[in-house]
Amino acid sequence: MSTTVIPEMPGQEIPAQSRVNYLNASYGVKSWLLTTDHKRIALLYLGSITLMFFVGGFFAVLMRLHLIEPQGALVAPETYNKLFTMHGVIMVFFFLVPSIPATLGNFLVPMMIGARDLAFPRLNLLSWYIYVIGAAFTLYAVISGGVDTGWTFYTPYSSTFSHTSVIPTALGVFITGFSSILTGLNFVVTIHKMRAPGLTWFRLPLFIWAMYATSIIFILGTPVIAITIFLLGLERLLHIGIFDPAIGGDPILFQHMFWFYSHPAVYIMILPGMGVMSELITCFSRKRIFGYTFVAFSSLAIAIISFLVWGHHMFVTGQSIYAGLIFSVLSFLVAIPSAVKVFNWTATLYKGSISYDAPMLYALGFIGLFTMGGLTGLFLASLATDVHLNGTYFIVAHFHYIMVGGAVMAYLGGIHFWWPKITGRMYPDGWARFAALIIFVGFNLTFFPQFVLGYLGMPRRYAVYPSEFQVLNVMSSAGASILGIGYLIPLIYLLWSIRYGPIAGPNPWGAKGLEWETPSPPPTENFEEIPVVTEDAYDYANVGGSRV
Amino acid sequence: MITGLMQTGFTDMAAAIAAAAIPIHPTSASSIADSVDHLYYFLTAITLFFTFAIFTTIFYFMVRFRRRSPDERPADTKTHLALELSWTIIPTLITVVIFVWASSLYFENSRPPEASTEIFVVGKQWMWHIQHPEGVREINELHVPVNAPIKITMTSDDVIHDFYIPAFRVKKDAVPGRYTSLWFQATKIGTYHIFCAQYCGADHAEMIGWVYVMSPSDYAAWLSGGARNESMAQTGERLFTQLGCVTCHVADNTGRGPSLVGLYGKQEKLRNGDSKLVDESLIRQAIVNPNSIILPNFPPIMPSFQGQINEEQVLQLIAYVKSLGTEERKTNGK
Amino acid sequence: MWEAPVSDMAVHAPHPPGFKHQFEDMDQQREADSLGMWVFLVTEIMFFGGLFATYIIYRALYLPAFETGSRLLNVKFGAVNTAVLIGSSLTMALAIHAAQAGKKKSEQVMYLVLTMILGAIFLFLKFNFEWRADYHEHLIPGFHFIIRPEWGAAGPHVPMFFLFYFFMTGLHAMHMIIGFGILATLTGMAHRGRFNSEYYAPLEVSGLYWHFVDIVWIFLFPLLYLIGGRFAIPGVH
Repeated sequence: MSTTVIPEMPGQEIPAQSRVNYLNASYGVKSWLLTTDHKRIALLYLGSITLMFFVGGFFAVLMRLHLIEPQGALVAPETYNKLFTMHGVIMVFFFLVPSIPATLGNFLVPMMIGARDLAFPRLNLLSWYIYVIGAAFTLYAVISGGVDTGWTFYTPYSSTFSHTSVIPTALGVFITGFSSILTGLNFVVTIHKMRAPGLTWFRLPLFIWAMYATSIIFILGTPVIAITIFLLGLERLLHIGIFDPAIGGDPILFQHMFWFYSHPAVYIMILPGMGVMSELITCFSRKRIFGYTFVAFSSLAIAIISFLVWGHHMFVTGQSIYAGLIFSVLSFLVAIPSAVKVFNWTATLYKGSISYDAPMLYALGFIGLFTMGGLTGLFLASLATDVHLNGTYFIVAHFHYIMVGGAVMAYLGGIHFWWPKITGRMYPDGWARFAALIIFVGFNLTFFPQFVLGYLGMPRRYAVYPSEFQVLNVMSSAGASILGIGYLIPLIYLLWSIRYGPIAGPNPWGAKGLEWETPSPPPTENFEEIPVVTEDAYDYANVGGSRV
Repeated sequence: MITGLMQTGFTDMAAAIAAAAIPIHPTSASSIADSVDHLYYFLTAITLFFTFAIFTTIFYFMVRFRRRSPDERPADTKTHLALELSWTIIPTLITVVIFVWASSLYFENSRPPEASTEIFVVGKQWMWHIQHPEGVREINELHVPVNAPIKITMTSDDVIHDFYIPAFRVKKDAVPGRYTSLWFQATKIGTYHIFCAQYCGADHAEMIGWVYVMSPSDYAAWLSGGARNESMAQTGERLFTQLGCVTCHVADNTGRGPSLVGLYGKQEKLRNGDSKLVDESLIRQAIVNPNSIILPNFPPIMPSFQGQINEEQVLQLIAYVKSLGTEERKTNGK
Repeated sequence: MWEAPVSDMAVHAPHPPGFKHQFEDMDQQREADSLGMWVFLVTEIMFFGGLFATYIIYRALYLPAFETGSRLLNVKFGAVNTAVLIGSSLTMALAIHAAQAGKKKSEQVMYLVLTMILGAIFLFLKFNFEWRADYHEHLIPGFHFIIRPEWGAAGPHVPMFFLFYFFMTGLHAMHMIIGFGILATLTGMAHRGRFNSEYYAPLEVSGLYWHFVDIVWIFLFPLLYLIGGRFAIPGVH
């Protein structure tokens, strides 16, 4: 295994193992469960969302095994319907939405801006508890028979016809939403008010810009889904026709309200990954980002425009042609800032000094897969093709390319990049690169055939399907087994490295950023003295190194 | 098991490619299928072009600019406004092209030609009930003549379904409580899938059927074959009497409710000043939620029939009302 | 909360009371607290806003039913409650002013207690008079709601109006009860002499919350009680 060897920045010593850091500053369950240290809270989240990821992933494995046979190989249709619903609910609300913000965001936001903690540390801990309580309700729903409405809870099926645990699931999602709202609030206030002296907005790392844009969506979008779910729950309990047309309600209104949050939600899932990208690409090509201002503003543009495109999920509901035209044009518009980012990341590599560490492999995989996923969005923003492709596997492939090929790869890249900072240990690089490759191959084999399936007309959420679709389904399931193995490998070696990995110095990658100017792992208060910033972000050409 | 799976997958793939049995392209059997496909190919070309371009550029940069020594420190980059603007503006222009192309195609595809034959579809868990105006009813099967424009008007009896014919590239949700419609013109005789494409509960995947596209003579024969059917309008007329509508809606306007003769297709003025077109949706609304449509000279006393009749019966009543309008035009044109 | 031991190297100058260590100084803390409350209020606007939007849509769809329902509300209590809440915002502002101007703690406490009393009057009028009467008249959806024949054809959709009425005013009342708890805490702090012209940020920030709750009511009252056509001029639509 080889690690890139960078000469240490002048003035930093390799710390002794017995030094006090945030991990060993205090011991015992109470010191973790009642912590207000943003770094410990990040780890609490890391544990919880990893658990939820493997629960949701387990359901996906069952689904893909089931779909090997046209008549279904594993479970009854009613069970399959519950599997895809719970896979969606858990992955969207309990893994993807919190993933990078609650783990890497919580850990890094104060450190990257030179602060000692977030603005409201106790609120941060409350956010985690709220997440856990919401997850508990949803897991209860899973155990008590499951829910089968699809993660989109369309009415009137979910309000009136489904006989499954809709209310516990809805309650779980409702409660967890407040976790996001409070995290977003914390980030916005922290970034506005607690930047170190000299750290102007345009010197901030792009990860911070991405967290800020994500927080805007948390704050503005999540309350609307909360109200929508609450109304759904009331309708289910009291049978007043809010969304059920048989008693005077409007099922399409539900879709408008649902997607008003859930479309921006998908940008919650990708923007943080884009922030991670900017950090990885700059470090591993050892260059300043190309087009800093454009990348920064594109994050804000994506956040704002994301609130204007929700109707593209509803092109075939019978909404007016003119509404369709407006949502279509805005959906094309929202693609442009993402394209700008991809071009800027690529240009950053030009004349750089590129190393092939595992985080960089994840980053490069992200750029390719996100590009493909994003471009397939154009098929869906186009009204005429969306008519054919909506409700089919094309959609499934499109969003998995972005959420798995994009967001999850970025998440893994970030975890690997900051692992030495978080744990003070290095993971085995050979295994890491191998896993990245397995994940990339497995992912493409799983989801590329689904584009073809969608174009052929195979609808999504089908427990059984016509036999002419079998070959492509089997290919997809084969890929899924590879992907599943790929995800297990990092779980194993990352856990192993906590105990047995080589000790890491403050800055094993030679990266720029205030977080790399602290020991690994950092002390509880992050900085002995709050640094004063005099350089721009990613100033790799400047040999002096430190920003102080 | 997993290696077995992988083996099956790869062997199947190889065999299928060998036998050219992996379907890649869906059948095209409607007047719009080819134009939708052309747009699809264009989008595929754009996707492949940019993905390939980005991948190869990255790959090239990765190799050409790989780190050659541990303390290598590349020169600083400068911002390049012209480049930034180009790669903002050019993609914008490309998306404008796509938007205009896709939207005009969509616009064309949403307006059924004047002379379309109407067929009515009601989705219910978990089957498609199809009614021809001549009265023939089918379940999960749709017989249509080739090269004739067909307008499907649909709704649902329970949850949201979606009527999808991949070979025709048409799809529309069947939403309870309202009417939606799509139209197509089949261009090839044959048999094609109908799928439900909006998750609707336990047997969503079984809510599938077949479209049978037939030559005009075969279709005429099929339509008139089988048991004697009364037309939708005739069934509607029976319902009109059975449900007591005829007691208030008297043809000469002497009843408690307005006459429905000649009503279909008119612009009616409501008590609150709004003017509404009397189409299928308005008649349905008048039947299930009469209090939302109050006419200037009639008291709002009509009871709601929601829950007393199903959606197919509503469509039959509407067919009857339409037939009254036709008679009016006939008598007026004497 | 478990406080991890701070590193020996951290300099520890004496801090003003109420200072939180994640901040550099009191100014930063005050600004952060204030911004935090404003951001929270934005989320509340989106929360109530979604509800208001749905109410407005259904009002447009079922106007006769919503007007019927609205006329069944007790506008006298609604109006008195509006005045009570506005009064409580005044007393809250006076409490903040008292601290800002360095007045005695008894004056601060007095205004805070007055605010709580007015808030309690609001809740008492609502729960004991309005809602209790609605329960006895079978106007609570899901709890033996009775559709009255005199509502005519609008009858079936009147429960929907009341669902919105109880949900919106109930959500508002819940926010008021939380506000009550906050006020009680502040009163305790004021009584212990915690607030003075240097340090009154918790009062200010809580005042923002209380004023917001007031403003929500000022929207709710006309939307629910007043636009039921009860003041319609004959002949004008």
